[in-house]
Amino acid sequence: MSKLIVLLKKDFTAELRSKDIVLTMLLFVLLVIVTFSFAFEPGSIEVGVLAPGMLWISFVFAGVLGLLRSFVNEQQNDCLLGLMLCPVDRGVVYLGKALGNIIFMLAVEAVTLPVFALLLNFDIWRFLPAIAVIFSLCTVGYAAVGTLFSAMAITMRSRELMLPLLQFPISVPLIIAAVKATGGILAGQTLAEVSGWLKLVGAFDVIFLTVSFLIFEYAIAE
Amino acid sequence: MQVHERLNDRWVTVLGIAVFITMLLTLYGVFLYAPTDRNLGHVQRIFYFHVPSAWIAFLAFGIVFVASILYLVLKEAWADRLAHASAEVGVIFCTLVLLTGPIWGRPVWGVWWTWDPSLTATLVLWLIYVAYLMLRSQMPEGPSQARLAAILGIIGALDLPIIHIAVHWWRTLHPKPVVMQTKGFGGGLEPPMLQTFLVALLTFTILYVYLTVLRYRHESDKAELASVKRRLQA
Repeated sequence: MSKLIVLLKKDFTAELRSKDIVLTMLLFVLLVIVTFSFAFEPGSIEVGVLAPGMLWISFVFAGVLGLLRSFVNEQQNDCLLGLMLCPVDRGVVYLGKALGNIIFMLAVEAVTLPVFALLLNFDIWRFLPAIAVIFSLCTVGYAAVGTLFSAMAITMRSRELMLPLLQFPISVPLIIAAVKATGGILAGQTLAEVSGWLKLVGAFDVIFLTVSFLIFEYAIAE
Repeated sequence: MQVHERLNDRWVTVLGIAVFITMLLTLYGVFLYAPTDRNLGHVQRIFYFHVPSAWIAFLAFGIVFVASILYLVLKEAWADRLAHASAEVGVIFCTLVLLTGPIWGRPVWGVWWTWDPSLTATLVLWLIYVAYLMLRSQMPEGPSQARLAAILGIIGALDLPIIHIAVHWWRTLHPKPVVMQTKGFGGGLEPPMLQTFLVALLTFTILYVYLTVLRYRHESDKAELASVKRRLQA
């Protein structure tokens, strides 16, 4: 456990100094939202109908950017080699990375939501507790497989292309559940009413965190 | 070595002949023996290729899953070759499912494509295993390609039940195409139809084994050629 905290601290220190991952993702999310607004003419249609898709598309795309960065940065100065030489289980290295990615993605989402609400004049505040639950659950699963896949993708020739190719099809159930649950909440449903989707996401989270934890040692180059 | 190779060859030939004979039987069954469906007409005959293709795709990806686990445990090259061969054949049959489906769907449902759960799940399945083949093409052959491919082979298979549930829930609120219900086999099929279907199923299974064996041997030959080249250079 203490090893996990050390690993996490390392990622945080690096991120606080460079602000590389969070800033990249944040700017990207903003760009997507702005582009969407141009494409759909805000005001002409119900934002509540569009919001779940818009938010999740931007997080899904920004997510792969940030996830890949978290390992690309480790390649400089052979940090990855150093990480692998650490006297900890590879699975713990995975958990450290995954936890870092989850927190970075959640930070981006936390900043995006108010900006989104502001730009599109959409009252998101009364849904906030429910939305926070959904977004946290979905982000855990997304970062769980994403961390494993980025560790794999960095060794490939066109890694920027390969990560989404691996990540998106596997995340399909997660994205469906995220959009459906978010949409349900924005349409006035309670958390209990969308609990089926949340259970599905929970199962996804548990399965892929466990499998990735066990399998990570094979994903990282020897 | 020599004897072993020849024995292998003989089995492959037997498989090839078996595919040829059963395929002729299937074609006879599909076009001459099985009656024309009263409601759907001739287009129903595509069912004899469509459903066995889907079965082979599932079988092939199941074998990718098992071979991937075996590779990570045993680190034996044959398991990796089997996974690779099976994935390629599986993608071909999955593509056939996606192609034959719309040919049937257009006259019967009136649309080429609908986001029905089965169609959606098949499309996602196809995407996962195309990515699997892309991953392999992205890396030089060797243990690291095999390891990463095995990981995707395992993750992809574990994802299938979740995808299945998700797409079913996703579409429950929407009306299901009515004809879809009559498509299920067993009760709705005349005996000659069922017989033809079962022969087609057998044919496709043998065809799958045949193609996978050929592909597997091709990979083995490639590996052997590479090792001979290395020895000559040394």
